[in-house]
Amino acid sequence: MTTAGTLVPYADALSRYEPTIGLETHVELGTRTKLFCGCPARFGGEPNTQVCPTCLGLPGSLPVPSRTAIEYTIRIGLALNCSIAEWCRFARKNYFYPDMPKDFQISQYDEPLCTDGWLDVTVDDENGQRRVRVAIERVHLEEDTGKSLHVGGATGRIHGADHSLVDYNRAGIPLVEIVTKPIMGADAAAPEVARAYVAELRDLLRSLDVSDVRMEEGSLRADVNTSLAPRGSARLGTRTETKNVNSLRSVERAVRFEIERQAAVLDAGGTVTQETRHFHEDTGITTPGRSKEEAQDYRYFPEPDLVPLAPPREWVEQIRRSLPELPSARRERLKAEWRLSDADLAALRNADALDLVAGTVAAGASPADARKWWLGELSRRANETGTELAGLAITPAQVARVAELVTSGSLNDRLARQVIDGVLAGEGAPDDVVTARGLAVVSNDSALTGAVDDAIAANPDVAGKIRSGKVAAAGVLVGAVMKATRGQADAARVRELILERLS
Amino acid sequence: MSGELTRMTAAELSAALRGSDVSAAEVTRAHLDRIAAVDDRVHAFLHVADDEAMVAARAVDARRAAGEELGPLAGVPVAVKDVFTTMDMPTTAGSRILDGWRPPYDATITTRLRRAGAVILGKTNMDEFAMGSSTENSAFGPSHNPWDLTRVPGGSSGGSAAAVAAFEAPLAVGTDTGGSIRQPAAVCGITGMKPTYGGNSRYGLIAFASSLDTPGPFARTVLDAALLHEAISGHDPMDATSIDEAVPPVVAAARQADVSGLRIGVVTELSGQGYQPGVLARFAEAVELLEALGAKVTEVSCPHFGYALPAYYLIAPSECSSNLARFDAMRYGLRVGDDGTRSAEEVMSLTREAGFGAEVKRRIMLGTYALSSGYYDAYYGKAQQVRTLIARDFDAAFGQVDVLVSPTTPTTAFPLGERADDPMAMYLADLCTIPSDLAGNAAISVPCGLADGLPVGLQVMAPVLADDRSYRVAAAAEAAFTQRWGHPLLDEASGLERLEQAEPRGAGR
Repeated sequence: MTTAGTLVPYADALSRYEPTIGLETHVELGTRTKLFCGCPARFGGEPNTQVCPTCLGLPGSLPVPSRTAIEYTIRIGLALNCSIAEWCRFARKNYFYPDMPKDFQISQYDEPLCTDGWLDVTVDDENGQRRVRVAIERVHLEEDTGKSLHVGGATGRIHGADHSLVDYNRAGIPLVEIVTKPIMGADAAAPEVARAYVAELRDLLRSLDVSDVRMEEGSLRADVNTSLAPRGSARLGTRTETKNVNSLRSVERAVRFEIERQAAVLDAGGTVTQETRHFHEDTGITTPGRSKEEAQDYRYFPEPDLVPLAPPREWVEQIRRSLPELPSARRERLKAEWRLSDADLAALRNADALDLVAGTVAAGASPADARKWWLGELSRRANETGTELAGLAITPAQVARVAELVTSGSLNDRLARQVIDGVLAGEGAPDDVVTARGLAVVSNDSALTGAVDDAIAANPDVAGKIRSGKVAAAGVLVGAVMKATRGQADAARVRELILERLS
Repeated sequence: MSGELTRMTAAELSAALRGSDVSAAEVTRAHLDRIAAVDDRVHAFLHVADDEAMVAARAVDARRAAGEELGPLAGVPVAVKDVFTTMDMPTTAGSRILDGWRPPYDATITTRLRRAGAVILGKTNMDEFAMGSSTENSAFGPSHNPWDLTRVPGGSSGGSAAAVAAFEAPLAVGTDTGGSIRQPAAVCGITGMKPTYGGNSRYGLIAFASSLDTPGPFARTVLDAALLHEAISGHDPMDATSIDEAVPPVVAAARQADVSGLRIGVVTELSGQGYQPGVLARFAEAVELLEALGAKVTEVSCPHFGYALPAYYLIAPSECSSNLARFDAMRYGLRVGDDGTRSAEEVMSLTREAGFGAEVKRRIMLGTYALSSGYYDAYYGKAQQVRTLIARDFDAAFGQVDVLVSPTTPTTAFPLGERADDPMAMYLADLCTIPSDLAGNAAISVPCGLADGLPVGLQVMAPVLADDRSYRVAAAAEAAFTQRWGHPLLDEASGLERLEQAEPRGAGR
């Protein structure tokens, strides 16, 4: 068990040091095939079943680049406001590792496909919301490695393992690396900016339909660089690179932890070691990985098995014209259309409910109803079951139908929740659940008067209070009627009937 | 009959097979017998595929009997350098590190040979990973020059050249990275062609230096080389550096064999000091001959050719240091020291130490150094600039003349062992051939006589994608020389006579 070591409280750290952050994000592209061969680029599969001579790096095999992967990279670059290179090359990054089939990775080095872009993100601060423009240094395309599995031993890591197995299914899957320039001036909001950047990038990539962008499955991986400089210093501090940051929340926690840790090192008169660090999801701390001082010389050189990449300008323009409405523009549009406040919008984004609400509105619900159901009842269900909203077994169209049944008076909220129960339990569409469970509001007086009379008779004290003018006490009787009718009574009509009787 | 069959050219065999004068099985049997009779002394082959070859030959005979229209090489035997993957035969690249490896896939060249109906006799010896000029760097022992068994057959495709020169195969495939087809062809007295880079697929060719490696043909005649060239060439979607253009009309050019009116440039820089006098004399006679045939000969300067050798010995090792990284004991080939106590890194290191020969290690180290941070610009970067200048020299020269000529190598075949411990002397064997590898243009070597009883090669260099011009000039020279000599040069190979005397009686069934 590693411990956090000495930390400086966050506010203290910020009072003396200015943080600079930077993010390197790897996105597994959702292409049908791998980057340099025809093998399927699917997640999972029996080990070493999605392989061929090329992605196994067998002697004599050669890479042939996927046009789709290049197109996706250009899409990402354009959406991030980058310049697209007129001519660039792949490069070999040389290092020995058992899960690297060729013992070099085909990547890009000093000639990336996309350069110099930006992405705007918003974070909450004391004055409401603040927009931060994150400068993008480069976007490049490279191949993924295989995966090592260390068997035996306590940690599942290489040290102490009995033996290791390698699965090359992942080897050669296209990866896009997106690197920011150093983000300065975020100050105390640095952790939030880091998180907001990854969230915005994830939404952007999702809208571009180039990846399924699932952080938990590793199709979106963020490395977070953090450094501290004494306030007023013109020079940047030494940075650490934190890996294994597998959720938005972890991005934020990792930056916060590094700020607190580095401040302690600097306060003690020490120097921050330039190194790769490993984030631990369970404890929220980082521990040292490979030191950059013993880092290898990758001996990059232009990949001689490939010809230079020169995307024709008309192709790039065609890709630009095909870009969808990007998330920031779409959010502004929906905010106006749905008449949302900044806080309303932020709540939708934080719950990852924007697409679900939009889908529900598109299926006929009012924006207010759609928000109410997704942020209320459905968020609660998701929390209970530990799933994401999007993972619930109910579609936006079904939610819209539930809302419609409530609006029309066929259901009240309580019945509607039972319908949702039924849908989530796999009993079918909302109308099927209504029929099967016999859920419908009872509002005809003849069916209700008996229950009302019973409730009055059973609660003479309450009835007396109402007669003496304490109308608010009617709620108790309404409750009793609702209970007696298993929630199916029209509560408003029940209340009217009670007051008529006791006036 | 068997002896006659092995003396026939591919074109003659093709005609005989078409006319059903002989069966592919008979032709193949004759060559396998020849290999059995002489290869213990020539050692051209690392693997002889008797059974597979006979099966392939009978299949061709069956197709022909069924009335199928077959290509010119159907039923013609061919030897394949052991650097191309073959599913039904081991593939070692001359290295202990791949000893016993059976590839799960065929190289494109292999596939095209099979589709053409050519019968693959086996895999030929080579310098380890194609690094060398003598086959002495083969992990499995050197091949011997059929002209003089105490001398090298050149390299790295020395096994392919020796097989053709020893009449073990009418055709062979090799690869040229710095001269590895042309130099062995020259010192074995046969024809060898390095096509335009990208004209022939590298898929399934175990890489030495990716930007240079070029598959090409060996044969005893220029026409035969062109027939093989045509069968294996053309665009391959499996190789991103493969050129998507029509194959130059090489067979027609070899048949045309006419140089009248052609402008031929003699490269000033590829002669003089360090060249064997007999080589220069034969070369001068070849130039006179071409002039007599109606070519217009001028001298052309290529000022940067002097830097080609050093540039090559930075670029090729740099690429090889990366290409050979994959031999790490993890997935295939040799594995040393895996006793359950050692880390993957230690096993990699022990395997590479045991599996690679001295020359391969030397080049991996050279290349690793040249690509290192802080040295890249001074070495690899500068070498690439030189490469550009050499390509410009060619462009300028081909603005004045149609082809360039030079001796193929500065010397004739040297004795086995003479240069084995002197890398620089060994590297000089490729002095004249390297410029065309760096520039990627076409170049052929064709015999132009003997010096001190050993063959000399004439190199004819042509622009990128003008491979046909090399064939046209080489075929004209070949025709004129053969007429002058009264017989093919190979008839004078004295080592072969000794071999024939040693050939077991009864082999000629």
